[in-house]
Amino acid sequence: MARRELQEINAGSMADIAFLLLIFWLVTTTIDSDEGIKRQLPPPVPPDIDVPQAKEQNVFNVKVNFLDQLLVEGEPLDLDQLKDKAKNFLIATGDGVMSHNVGAKTIGRNREVEMITGANGKTNAAFPEREWVRKADVKQRIAEYEQFVAAADTDKKKDAFGKVLDGWREKLTTIELFGGDYKQLPSSALISMQNDNNTTYNTYLQVQNELQSAVNELRDELALEKFGMLYSQMEDVYDRNKEDSKTLEKITAVRAVYPQRISEAEPRDASANYY
Amino acid sequence: MGKFRKGGKREMGAISTASLPDIVFMLLFFFMVATVLRTEEEKVRVIRPEASELYKIEKKHLIRYVNIGPPMDKRYGTEPVVQLNDQFSNSAVIQEWIAKERTTLAEAEQSKMWVSLKVDQDTKMGVVTEVKQELRKASALKVLYSASSRQRTGSDQ
Repeated sequence: MARRELQEINAGSMADIAFLLLIFWLVTTTIDSDEGIKRQLPPPVPPDIDVPQAKEQNVFNVKVNFLDQLLVEGEPLDLDQLKDKAKNFLIATGDGVMSHNVGAKTIGRNREVEMITGANGKTNAAFPEREWVRKADVKQRIAEYEQFVAAADTDKKKDAFGKVLDGWREKLTTIELFGGDYKQLPSSALISMQNDNNTTYNTYLQVQNELQSAVNELRDELALEKFGMLYSQMEDVYDRNKEDSKTLEKITAVRAVYPQRISEAEPRDASANYY
Repeated sequence: MGKFRKGGKREMGAISTASLPDIVFMLLFFFMVATVLRTEEEKVRVIRPEASELYKIEKKHLIRYVNIGPPMDKRYGTEPVVQLNDQFSNSAVIQEWIAKERTTLAEAEQSKMWVSLKVDQDTKMGVVTEVKQELRKASALKVLYSASSRQRTGSDQ
């Protein structure tokens, strides 16, 4: 009997099998992304120490209650208005560098900006006092501190003075980069947020996001006008190349005008009656 | 008439699909290698809120996760609970947990540890605040409020 020749197995369906496997894999795996809003928590405070209170004028207060309603600077406010309000607080208008058209572009209501500067150039009491950083002053300070460093007898003193000196030098580069004097927020200025234990997490995060967004947008605008590049792009550039000191100087300059100080109030005992 | 293909022109052979499985297998292997499988079991249901000002941590090995949300398994109740690593936990052990997780990192990187808070959007802040206070006590101050991305509000672009 002649044996039949063994037929070759048809491999045409192999592709289908592989496709099935591939699709199964695609559906079942999730690519974990770790994105979020980054925050630095304040270090723990010993219970017996009283934290000094910042001047009311220099603090932008945001409170959220158990019904997820906002109380901003003592007035109820909708979440979608929070960003503009926070920007108003942060904008350092006046002459000099900050005369760039920030208010008209982002807020679209010039009246509000006028309120900040006031008709006669006086600052409104509802907004933080802004200090001028002037080239002559900064130069004088640098000269002073250079002497202090030279005269310091211990290493500790030298380091301390050196740090202050670096701070003033940074301000000088900032002035040179902007091509003029600028106004800065006082060091006590901050955005403070306080929430209730029954606030939902989503509202909490949206508030955080809007506040962050206010800072980021102002920084972007200033950087775009002065350096022709968004602030976030400059950060990316610097992240890729940490040696790039030119970009770092620009980043420091923008940060000097719009610092990011978003703090959270110490949580209080829920039994205490604070609202 | 009717005799079209007589003159010289040869019929085009079908393209061999024999290598198709190989191509698909290559794709499959690529995906298998490129995707990271979830290493820990999710015990709580977390629907992350949406936000626009996101920061992405490049060095994933520096991140430790704290999940907060209602349990997946209804038998454990519907109140939000804290999940550390693979198990249900509570905020009281966070300090201990942070100390332990720190030792898994190289000494130079211990101060660079991130804690990613994956919190369900309907959770009340009380639980989250408690966790945050414990993190402060443990000096794990760099936190990331995990969120999925969306457009900025008020942006017209």
